[in-house]
Amino acid sequence: MRTPRLLAAALLAGAALTVLGGPASADDPTGSPADSTGATATATPSAGGSDAAPTEAGTNFRTAAVIDQGVQATASASAGDYLYWVFPADTGQNVTVSAAVTFPAGEVRHGASTWQVDVYDGLRRRQACRYGAQTRTAAPDAASVALVCHLRAVRSWAEPWSNDPLRGAYYVRLTVLDLPQTDLGLPVQTSVRATSDGTAGRQAVDGSAAPLVTGSGPSVAPSGGWAGTWWSPRWLWTGGGGLLAVLAALAAHRLARGPVRLRGATRPRERLREQSGYAD
Amino acid sequence: MIIHKLLTAAPVCGLLAVLACAALPATASADDGPSPAPAPKVELVLDVSGSMRARDIDGESRMSAAKQAFDDVLDSVPQGVQLGIRTLGADYPGNDRKTGCKDTRQLYPIGPLDRTEAKTAVATLQPTGWTPIGPALLAAADDIKGGDGTRRLVLITDGEDTCPPLNPCDVARDIAAKGIHLVIDTLGLIPDSTTRNQLSCIAEATGGTYTTVQHRQQLTTKVKQLVDRSTDTTATPVATQGAASCTQAPLLTAGLYTDRETFSENRYYRVAVKPGQELRASATIADDRAVNPGYGILLRGVTLHGREIVRDDEGGSGRTDAVSAGIRYPKPDADDDTPAETVCLQISNSFSAPPSVKTTPGLPVELAIDLVHAPDQPSDVAFLGLGRGWWLLGLLTVTGAVAGLLTGWAARWRLNSGRNV
Repeated sequence: MRTPRLLAAALLAGAALTVLGGPASADDPTGSPADSTGATATATPSAGGSDAAPTEAGTNFRTAAVIDQGVQATASASAGDYLYWVFPADTGQNVTVSAAVTFPAGEVRHGASTWQVDVYDGLRRRQACRYGAQTRTAAPDAASVALVCHLRAVRSWAEPWSNDPLRGAYYVRLTVLDLPQTDLGLPVQTSVRATSDGTAGRQAVDGSAAPLVTGSGPSVAPSGGWAGTWWSPRWLWTGGGGLLAVLAALAAHRLARGPVRLRGATRPRERLREQSGYAD
Repeated sequence: MIIHKLLTAAPVCGLLAVLACAALPATASADDGPSPAPAPKVELVLDVSGSMRARDIDGESRMSAAKQAFDDVLDSVPQGVQLGIRTLGADYPGNDRKTGCKDTRQLYPIGPLDRTEAKTAVATLQPTGWTPIGPALLAAADDIKGGDGTRRLVLITDGEDTCPPLNPCDVARDIAAKGIHLVIDTLGLIPDSTTRNQLSCIAEATGGTYTTVQHRQQLTTKVKQLVDRSTDTTATPVATQGAASCTQAPLLTAGLYTDRETFSENRYYRVAVKPGQELRASATIADDRAVNPGYGILLRGVTLHGREIVRDDEGGSGRTDAVSAGIRYPKPDADDDTPAETVCLQISNSFSAPPSVKTTPGLPVELAIDLVHAPDQPSDVAFLGLGRGWWLLGLLTVTGAVAGLLTGWAARWRLNSGRNV
């Protein structure tokens, strides 16, 4: 009679934990972005509007070509050009920018060239790459060179004095850092792609700065709009914790108090017997 | 019953939240609607000097490759682009340098394009004279001025300027410093190293690109690409002039500004920030000439009394087109009658150049200022003060269990002492 009830309580607690296990793995940066509010919407190219991948790049911050996350943008350029793209990144995303430079076949190059991809935030502050080959040297006979930059997780709020990445526009600059003077101006094919994963769980902070997008440039926003800032998996954690606390309190109360005595149905002697029975 | 009501209310609330989220970006993007774009202007500047006779582009002469490329480009000029053609070295075959260096002429005036007429004009060209790049650039800048659209010069040449002492690179920089936002792209046909240096220097001075051309098809696609770029609609910066101290600094509002700043100079600008607004400023300094490796920019927000509020700096060494920094300064909410605070923006640079490089005009500075509504402080660093993680769950469970045990023991004691629960 009592054991099944206790068992049921334990099962409930277990179920609550399993439910919580979901968000726990989901807000791991490498977890699936499936249950985020904004990440899934922004990681896919917009259904309507300009969903064709851009085939041109800008040449400075003002003319940067706007791309969506997940879209492979290409541009033909000359070695020595500074190529700019801009894409939106939302709260909680761990953004990876990958770029590739392909050299046309049959073109004679006179030496190794060093290429670099730089990422700047909406305030044109250079952002650090946590890891990834941001700078790479291509041998004279290499067919292509691939560059990667993994940014820090995007936050919804940061102190004005910090350089932390905030949601908003992110500029990608691709250029050659060093090359033999004779190779300057030779044609190259470039491509850039920004992807992201993760949700605002671990890095969720309070407050939200308006997206860092300049008003005197093109409007840069995820195709699904900027994610709202009311949701965080922390709701599940804290709510689940409260639920667990209630269950634990009920179970502990039962354990410590003993069995329920029906009002007026038992006498003192019976109560004593029942209590000794409960002990085993 | 109540639970049932709550259950029906929850999806409605969710729907409302979704609608609110969807409505927000819609209203935000509705503000910056497209304005009628002014016509962009492009002038192709073609070298018709004697050396264009050389037959080394896919077996054809450089001149015929250029003519074929022009034919293709003229066929595909985007709607609304005003295109002109200027030649250099097309008319004077003699040996007098003075006359040869004045030999530049507008072959087709900038305006709505008549393709047949333009093609006929190009077809008559014969490789003839000198290579007066500097004078041609000056004349082209004169052709292209006026109007509000973007302006682009595409210079196609196969040799260096033969008209010293006018250095075309300095000419290009002076043109850029006039503030007419003229970009010069250069294309070198089978260039030697001097030509390459000169052309890339011209491109660098105006924020343009330099391309080495070895094949006819490459020439066609590149010129097409450059002409297409003129249709990019971007905000046109407003020219301003920063002051040496904050008190004399120009008062700026949100927008995009340009200025020129010489090496290691400080310039001040002022912005009025109302309570509840966040000031966002980005400064970019481009190096439009050869500079020493090792450079930097410092952007500071200071009060009228000189106290630093916020700063950002960026440095680097090696090849770059620009170096930029950005700051934001949220001003806390206050009563309506609180006056706006004047924030001084100080932009300084630590560029330096070899002695041979001219320091005037200064380096181009681009300053973007935004004033947005933003909260200055969150209530808690954690998201709404909520917690996360197994330790939190453990703590809450233990707390609940302890509370349950205490109340349970209390209840048991009351039972044992004969009281009702």
